[in-house]
Amino acid sequence: MTGILSLITFAPLIGVAALLGLQATSKPGRDTDTKAKWIALGTTLVVFALSLVMLFAFDKSATGFQFHEDVAWFAGLRYQMGVDGISVLLVVLTTFLLPICIIASWESVEKRLIEYLIAFLVLEVLVVGVFCALDLVLFYLFFEGGLVPMFLIIGIWGGKRRIYAAYKFFLYTLLGSVLMLAAVLAMITVAKTSSIPALLAFKFDPAFQVWLWLAFFASFAVKMPMWPVHTWLPDAHVEAPTAGSVILAGILLKLGGYGFMRFNVPMFPNASELFQPLVFTMSVIAIIYTSLVAFRQTDIKKLIAYSSVAHMGFVTLGIFSGNLPGEQGALYQMLSHGFISGALFLCVGVVYDRMHTREIAFYGGLVNRMPVYAAVFLLFTMGNVGLPGTSGFVGEILTMTGTYKASTWAAIGAASGVILSAMYALTLYRAVVFGEMKNPALAGITDLTKREVLLFVPLIAGTLILGVYPALIFDVTAASVQNLVTAFQAATGG
Amino acid sequence: METLVTFIVFAPLVGAAIAGLFGRKIGNVASQAVTTGLLFAACAGAWTVFSTWTWGHLEPFTHVVLPFINVGDFHSAWSIRIDALSATMLIVVTTVSALVHLYSWGYMAEDPSKPRFFAYLSLFTFAMLALVTAADFMQLFFGWEGVGLASYLLIGFWFHKPTANAASIKAFVVNRVGDFGFALGIMTTYWAFGTINFHELFAMIAANAGRSWTFAGHVFPLMDIACFLLFIGAMGKSAQFFLHTWLPDAMEGPTPVSALIHAATMVTAGVYMVCLLSPMFEYAPVAKMIVTVIGACTALFAATVGLTQNDIKRVIAYSTCSQLGYMFFAAGVGAYEAAMFHLFTHAFFKALLFLGAGSVIHGMHHEQDMRHYGKLAKYLPVTYAAMTIGTIAITGLGIPGTEIGFAGFFSKDTIIEAAFAAGPHQAVGYFAGVIGLLVAGLTAFYSWRVAFFTFNGPQHWGAAAAHGHHDDHAHGHAHDDHAHATESHDEPLADDHGHAHDDHGHGHGHDHTPHESPWVMLTPLIVLSVGAVAAGFVFHNFFVGEARAEFWRGAIFIGPHNEVLEHAHHSSALIKWAPFVMSITGLLVAAYMYLWKPGTGAKLAANGGPLYTFFYNKWFVDELYNATFVRWARGLGDLFWKGGDQKIIDRLGPDGVSAVSYAVGKGTGKVQTGYLYHYAFVMLLGVAGLLTFALWAWAA
Repeated sequence: MTGILSLITFAPLIGVAALLGLQATSKPGRDTDTKAKWIALGTTLVVFALSLVMLFAFDKSATGFQFHEDVAWFAGLRYQMGVDGISVLLVVLTTFLLPICIIASWESVEKRLIEYLIAFLVLEVLVVGVFCALDLVLFYLFFEGGLVPMFLIIGIWGGKRRIYAAYKFFLYTLLGSVLMLAAVLAMITVAKTSSIPALLAFKFDPAFQVWLWLAFFASFAVKMPMWPVHTWLPDAHVEAPTAGSVILAGILLKLGGYGFMRFNVPMFPNASELFQPLVFTMSVIAIIYTSLVAFRQTDIKKLIAYSSVAHMGFVTLGIFSGNLPGEQGALYQMLSHGFISGALFLCVGVVYDRMHTREIAFYGGLVNRMPVYAAVFLLFTMGNVGLPGTSGFVGEILTMTGTYKASTWAAIGAASGVILSAMYALTLYRAVVFGEMKNPALAGITDLTKREVLLFVPLIAGTLILGVYPALIFDVTAASVQNLVTAFQAATGG
Repeated sequence: METLVTFIVFAPLVGAAIAGLFGRKIGNVASQAVTTGLLFAACAGAWTVFSTWTWGHLEPFTHVVLPFINVGDFHSAWSIRIDALSATMLIVVTTVSALVHLYSWGYMAEDPSKPRFFAYLSLFTFAMLALVTAADFMQLFFGWEGVGLASYLLIGFWFHKPTANAASIKAFVVNRVGDFGFALGIMTTYWAFGTINFHELFAMIAANAGRSWTFAGHVFPLMDIACFLLFIGAMGKSAQFFLHTWLPDAMEGPTPVSALIHAATMVTAGVYMVCLLSPMFEYAPVAKMIVTVIGACTALFAATVGLTQNDIKRVIAYSTCSQLGYMFFAAGVGAYEAAMFHLFTHAFFKALLFLGAGSVIHGMHHEQDMRHYGKLAKYLPVTYAAMTIGTIAITGLGIPGTEIGFAGFFSKDTIIEAAFAAGPHQAVGYFAGVIGLLVAGLTAFYSWRVAFFTFNGPQHWGAAAAHGHHDDHAHGHAHDDHAHATESHDEPLADDHGHAHDDHGHGHGHDHTPHESPWVMLTPLIVLSVGAVAAGFVFHNFFVGEARAEFWRGAIFIGPHNEVLEHAHHSSALIKWAPFVMSITGLLVAAYMYLWKPGTGAKLAANGGPLYTFFYNKWFVDELYNATFVRWARGLGDLFWKGGDQKIIDRLGPDGVSAVSYAVGKGTGKVQTGYLYHYAFVMLLGVAGLLTFALWAWAA
């Protein structure tokens, strides 16, 4: 199976080539657009299938990296790829969400469709690359490169204030990147290697860890995003097209969490322990502060964006708790949030495509004309508030449990977020779906089309199946996460 | 047996799925038939399990269906735990649910979304069964929140009503406040004992009784803090004081829902949890004291509010709240069996009262204000008989010292006796006992007030209303405009702020003669009447009498020094007769005020002064919460958003940088190049530069 990771990572480029070829050979028009969409969809589906093959071949009992590829690159750097229990499902999540993004854009993107699709395929290459890269420089290139297509998706296909949003997104991320780059260089200089497996085994001096930790933290905290560097996210979401939001919330936010689990905790365990109070404080503030802000939003997408920040607070709590329930819960929460937040942004997209507004006050009483939509939206609202039986619950309860061990105060703060999430999520649902349909503009609104139902079915199945039988995930992640926790506790004497 | 219990638990889920997913295709009748049929089958199964338990040779067992969350030693499984507690709950839940399903054929006959309604009812039943058969905290929590979801959906069933939507959110959010404590309690238990499985956990308690535990910077006795946190969850679900405000508002839901969820089953989940966790609570003296005090206060609080309400469903809702208070203080003083017994009998007579009220509301064309009732005995004879039985049962009428009495007599008197019996060891026992007695009187008063207002007192509807005996009308309160002198009841009541109205589509005409409900609604009333008469008499020996040890078989743990129930049986004649006297007094006062001298209530209300206002406005708890928590949440939300995010973070962060760069850009005249490529280029340049540096440094 060696080589499958490179294949999954770079296969979308074949689609890109085909799209470029199509653009060069046919004249712009509906037919060309339709062909382009099928090419993109076909590519992403093949990539998804490949990633499933990889998942089936994955050895669940092994703790190390699998499907290892290691070839000399240039200037002493090596091209190294590999996945373990922490990254393998994030790869699958990415390849799973991409076809959904393409289908979600089927009718809503009007300008420069081919470029749009190319941006998504390139984004897939870079994000999958991030999760597979086992060389620090390679990781960094993928990680930073991912910025560009997302930046373009917001900046070109976004809403009215897209330039402001893209700019804000860029500025925040740049800040983290520069610091991280410095840390990457410092690590390579000290450890004399850029290989991630080697760096994981390398023991950095605790005093030096502090600086490296801070630099990596700056970058990943922006990506998460953590309070107070979160304000780019609501703007980015509001301006991004629906599929852009799905990819942003579903996958790009996970880059930060993945970075924490791959670098900060295992490579700088002493610094992670040292900074635990800081992370916990920021996370609890994120949960409470952004939940309250979400409660006051008048724009559906902004509300869900703020809710994402709050949910990522649980992830950072779990990751820095340094124990098994916390880490497993954090990883689970990342995957589950990929499904649920992606679906919620699709729910917004459904009504936005019809009415071209996201003002909560514009809507109301949709259940009268859109019962199927109401049911779907309800399911994901419940997932968002962490109702047991949905995947949202498993991650929340485990991260809180992990947090409790480290700090009961932080657990109290996190648990209060559970109250607040019910408050904003149900208030939103009520305002949009329930009540009488008073706005005459809504009179002709139609329920989900077959294409839209098709979008939601896999997400519904995922949310419910993982909510009832989480072993599907834990079986894959257990060995690697246990390994991570054991190493962390050994290093910190915990 | 394992197949049977699996069927009992999952049959309602299957029904819910069929009616919910395919209701439109298979039609109303098929949806109703499938859900109701499966429920009756589950009910028959539950009675089989219960009888085998009670009279046969069934051993406790746990049937594991599927693993759930397993992370390290955090083990949980989807399972079905059968013991005396769950067997009791199985029959309570399935019996009431089956009857409510049947009743709803009539009650919801004119509703356009019947499949949805029946799907929700069945979904609720499934979640409740999952709750009572849980073998670990995760499944318990699943059921706990699952019933909360069903409750949310059913309270807001008539989604076009803003009041119903508000009530459904309130119910969910207030319950979440409880779940906040519940979740922290589960985490405490997990980290203290390394397990969340009840069986494993209970085996470890005695050995850990003296441990202390640090929570939020303070050191507490482990069992006390764990039980206290878990009890917060119970307070939310069972609408105990501080977290009770959602229950009266929940009456916005259709009345069958009120009977099933907000009277007989879901709201008793908190009591069930405390009894289930008796092995923990028995080693948590402080937590038990808190349970006793909260229970007693709730019993008193809700009863005083119930005295003054005019909406028939609200009176019964407060009554439920008050009776739950009884159950809690029974558990708090250590008489868990008595708590479970009252839960059991209460399910019958309270469901009966609610369904009876529904029948009255149905017969009165959706009028819920009791002041517009009167003389209905003649028009609704079966409902009248059934509700009278229910009223006798809740007021606990029976002959002290004998085994003759209605259901409430056995369970409530046992609770009061147990509270006094606990007094010598636990001073709060006396407190609860005295309150229990007082509330027995109040219960009798408000329950008979409902009965007399509705069935026997002067007629206030149709033509008779024009002559206007408007009991209780004359008080001046902002929420209630009934004091307007010349209201005509031939008109729809437009001035009925703040009162719930079951409304499923047909008009509010008050000129119709009240009509008795169809048999599909009356049959459940009759069945429940039998329960309200006989449940106490038949089962008291098993639940709290001589056969109790054999019946419970370890499902309830009684600490080594807890002999409360034993002592209760040897209470003095004074304590045995006092509840009877209180109950009769309440009856007589109600009869005087509403039968013999009608209008007394109205006069009292008008001159009631501060105490009446205080009670009528539910002790102003809602107003207090609105003025504090709700306002703070909004205020802080705005502050963080507009102050924190926009004024501070953005201004210092990206916008500030942007302003600077804009100024610089303007200076150099390059603003027009377009942000996008500009920045992408700068970034790539930076990356390239730094990489070059890095490679150079590394190679060197």
